[in-house]
Amino acid sequence: MLLIRCPYCEMERPELEFRYGGEAHVVRAAEPETIGDEAWGQFLYLRSNPKGLHAERWRHTNGCGRFFNCLRDTVTDRIFVTYKAGEPRPELAS
Amino acid sequence: MRTGNGGRVDRSRRINFSFDGRAYQGCAGDTLASALLANGVHLVGRSFKYHRPRGFVAAGSEEPNALVDIDRGNGRSAPNLRATQVELYEGLVAKSQNRWPSLAFDLQALNDLAPAGLFGAGFYYKTFMSPRGAWHRLYEPFIRRVAGLGHAPKLPDPDHYSQRYAHCDVLVVGAGATGLAAALAAGETGAAVILADEQAEMGGGLLDERTASIDGLSAANWVGATLARLAAMPNVTLLPRTQAFGYYAQNFLGLAEKLTEHLAAPDKSQPRERLWKVRARQVLLATGAIERPLVFPDNDRPGVMLASAARTFANRYGVRPGERAVVFVADDTGYGAALDLHAAGTEIAVIADLRTAPSGPGFEAASGTGLRIMPATVVTGVSGNLRVSGVTLGSLAADGTVRGGEKIVCDLVLMAGGWTPAVHLFSQSRGKLAYDSERQIYLPGTYAQAAQSAGACNGTFELAQAIAEGHAAGAVAVGTPGTRSFAVTGAIAPAGGFHGAVPHDRNPEQVKAFVDFQNDVTAKDIKLAVREGMHSIEHIKRYTTTGMATDQGKTSNMNGLAIASAALDKPIPDIGLTTFRPPFTPVTFGTLAGHSRGALLDPVRQTPMHGWAAANGAKFEDVGQWKRAWYFPKPGEDMHAAVNRECRAARSAAGLFDATTLGKIEIVGPDAAEFMERLYTNPWHKLGIGRCRYGLMLNEAGFVMDDGVIGRLAADSFHVTTTTGGATRVLAHMEDYLQTEFPELKVWLTSTTEQWAVIAIQGPKAREIIAPLVEGIDLAAETMPHMSVREGSICGVPTRLFRVSFTGELGFEINVPADHGRAVWEAVHEAGVPHGLTPYGTETMHVLRAEKGYIIVGQETDGTVTPSDLGLDWAIGKAKKDFVGKRSLKRPDLVKTDRKHLVGLLTADPKVVLEEGAQITVEASPATGTPALGHVTSSYWSETLGRSIAMALVAGGKGRMGATLHVPMPDGGIAVTVTEPVFFDKEGGRINA
Repeated sequence: MLLIRCPYCEMERPELEFRYGGEAHVVRAAEPETIGDEAWGQFLYLRSNPKGLHAERWRHTNGCGRFFNCLRDTVTDRIFVTYKAGEPRPELAS
Repeated sequence: MRTGNGGRVDRSRRINFSFDGRAYQGCAGDTLASALLANGVHLVGRSFKYHRPRGFVAAGSEEPNALVDIDRGNGRSAPNLRATQVELYEGLVAKSQNRWPSLAFDLQALNDLAPAGLFGAGFYYKTFMSPRGAWHRLYEPFIRRVAGLGHAPKLPDPDHYSQRYAHCDVLVVGAGATGLAAALAAGETGAAVILADEQAEMGGGLLDERTASIDGLSAANWVGATLARLAAMPNVTLLPRTQAFGYYAQNFLGLAEKLTEHLAAPDKSQPRERLWKVRARQVLLATGAIERPLVFPDNDRPGVMLASAARTFANRYGVRPGERAVVFVADDTGYGAALDLHAAGTEIAVIADLRTAPSGPGFEAASGTGLRIMPATVVTGVSGNLRVSGVTLGSLAADGTVRGGEKIVCDLVLMAGGWTPAVHLFSQSRGKLAYDSERQIYLPGTYAQAAQSAGACNGTFELAQAIAEGHAAGAVAVGTPGTRSFAVTGAIAPAGGFHGAVPHDRNPEQVKAFVDFQNDVTAKDIKLAVREGMHSIEHIKRYTTTGMATDQGKTSNMNGLAIASAALDKPIPDIGLTTFRPPFTPVTFGTLAGHSRGALLDPVRQTPMHGWAAANGAKFEDVGQWKRAWYFPKPGEDMHAAVNRECRAARSAAGLFDATTLGKIEIVGPDAAEFMERLYTNPWHKLGIGRCRYGLMLNEAGFVMDDGVIGRLAADSFHVTTTTGGATRVLAHMEDYLQTEFPELKVWLTSTTEQWAVIAIQGPKAREIIAPLVEGIDLAAETMPHMSVREGSICGVPTRLFRVSFTGELGFEINVPADHGRAVWEAVHEAGVPHGLTPYGTETMHVLRAEKGYIIVGQETDGTVTPSDLGLDWAIGKAKKDFVGKRSLKRPDLVKTDRKHLVGLLTADPKVVLEEGAQITVEASPATGTPALGHVTSSYWSETLGRSIAMALVAGGKGRMGATLHVPMPDGGIAVTVTEPVFFDKEGGRINA
């Protein structure tokens, strides 16, 4: 069970309190009608599914209820950072 | 045979127990294994495939053979327990497994005589292939009868199991010398330490020591003194009988603690086992090492065991496992075992050392004691069936060939093949193992988590070094690095070792040299797998099943790897290493389930009117976590009769229905209407206050996700209802868009599902019945038309009164605060009885709504259905610029004309009610493989119409009106006519009454 830091509650809580929300930074177009079929299909269904660092959404469902983002390594499950919804993906110091 | 003195058993306290129906006596402090050996019992099981007689190989958790079934009666039984870990208690009843009719005479032992290859590697891929029909008739029934080891208990488990979370600074796994020193170093700083050990008594291998001393104390006394110091520290938690079985992300470990298994009469109030879910800042692995067997012909005869096991039985339990032993060694610790058995009174016939020039303190001491030592000598065969009666030796030449040697009479054969560090937990933690090519062992390499390994599991075998390493690691774990040295005498450390199959001069086709005892995998099997093209250990493992038994290859993996390495002529690291997975030893379902069983498995949600429904004979059905009244049978009525009566009442007078379980969300804020506009397909800005609208919610892909009636209470306030099962999902969906896509909107969402009790009254007399109870609301049709909502009071209680209908009748849904739900329900019921008001359940609700062609999301939809498919184009606000799912509705696949459309189906024979889920085709008896046009989504007997009705999703359904299709069933196709999916009161006169 992962230990996840909620950036709103500012504390680490067990995974049981959270719900996974898929890839982060997948932006819904402001005017969907202007998007072509191909691009809209990609927005709906295609995700990067990386081996390694993944920016993903979580929701503190059984806590504050807020959605936030998280950088997690999909191989090791290590969580590098969590950040609030709307904030840009942080650069990790390598 | 019990020795005269020594060991950690209490010879004065005799314990009675039985094995396979025979009574025996052991001593307090015995395991079932040591007690059986004290009684001279070696034969304790039959092997999995060949049903060969088997005895004890080990003395601890790595034991592959001695699996027993312990039965305390009344469902308190457990199969596949390792006898080496079962503590003896008065009256213990144990049975052997995998034998019939008896352990000594097992009919399936004939498998052992089967032609070579019949049960060899991958036999199940080859043997059961043809003829095709034989699988069902012959092979599967046979395999089901013989497969598996023990038998699952048949009665419910009467015990209860506990679970708890724990947080600590340092979790030390393993309370041997290393783990004790580590716990001491960490504990002395005041840090919160948990020390867990799988054994009943802490001390690990130190409890097996006869001659070792630490800092001037005997090993046992050092253990006692150290444990006393740890026990005195309030910050240290000692958990004996506790298996750390799983190591998960971020230093989260699962520990299974056995609480009552060792007691003769457990207190019923005490949990049987406890699951510890531990989050540790630092983990310190001191899990030791496991001795390897040597792989030589007939190395599985009862009486052939690991040297370390014999040493444990002799030194710790005061049991001589044999009278005359042959000790086959490739490691110096074998000499130590020989010396200890010699001291316990077992005659050491010979020590056969595979190595040409043995050396080391053990070898020196054995030579000095005058034990007969034969270097460059191997065991090439073992005689005896139910018990070892002798061995044949061979001399090993420099070129690897073996020349036959003397036969020696013995009743015990010890194997000292060297030691494999127990890196299971380290590997589970996703750490990377490093191969030590000189010693041919895998060791912890790169750590993935905040952990350290120390002692034998880290390759540090020498006792003084291991204790010092444990102490240093404990100090590092709490951030106060420091070193201490320990003075050790009289310990013999692992040195040497052998991997793979021992050379012999026998016909390799005719002998069985076992690698994996529990799954009956031999050296020959692994070589065969390689010959048949398996070149990765992952393939070899699955093909031969080596390492796949309940012991997960604790004693066999390295030998299996080495044999594959030799067969492939590749170094061991090039073949790969199979993944270590939790649990380290099997964990009971009870422990993992904890209190989550029976009524506590899942929360049960009941409405405020539940008690009334139960008292009035309702049958209930589960809808999500809710218990919903299904139908209210009168005496003598079956479901069909009750539902017909309820339907008639609702259409002719009125029905009373508990709709509390509908999800309810209050949407409030200056931008509430704009938010609704974006989340639902319908237009909302212009909906008048006090008016309702049927809302349709799509997901972004354009598929119907939920629906419900929504009332506007004020310019900035909506009362949203959702489906019963969709409430949580819908609120999460709304929150998602509000927080992440439309954060600029000022809207607040509140779940009010549990706040309102909802009493639906439906039928021509609905208004008449509630009118006397309602205050402050004009119920007249002109002032309160269909699809409106008013606030006022009923029975003196505040209400949000909706005029809505899911039945096609004049109807109201009375929302009152939940606490008042039952009282209002009873008042309405009492007022309605003279008018023929009849309570109805979900089944009648389904029938009534189907007569009107109202869909149920999740029944008429399956996540691939669009509004247009359902004929709900009218619910889409065409002028709206955007809403969730709008863009997707124009995707090419969503505008195809041959999509599955919702239609009605009328059977040619009105008495025939179709089966829900049945497939629909053009032909009555289509050829096998014909794709279906669709399926029946809802089907009922309509009492109102006096015939059956059904709804279905049918490809191109809108273009098939009036066509005849078929529903093929096992006893023939049923002809149906395609219709509009509305069967009753198409004009809607009744609903607007």
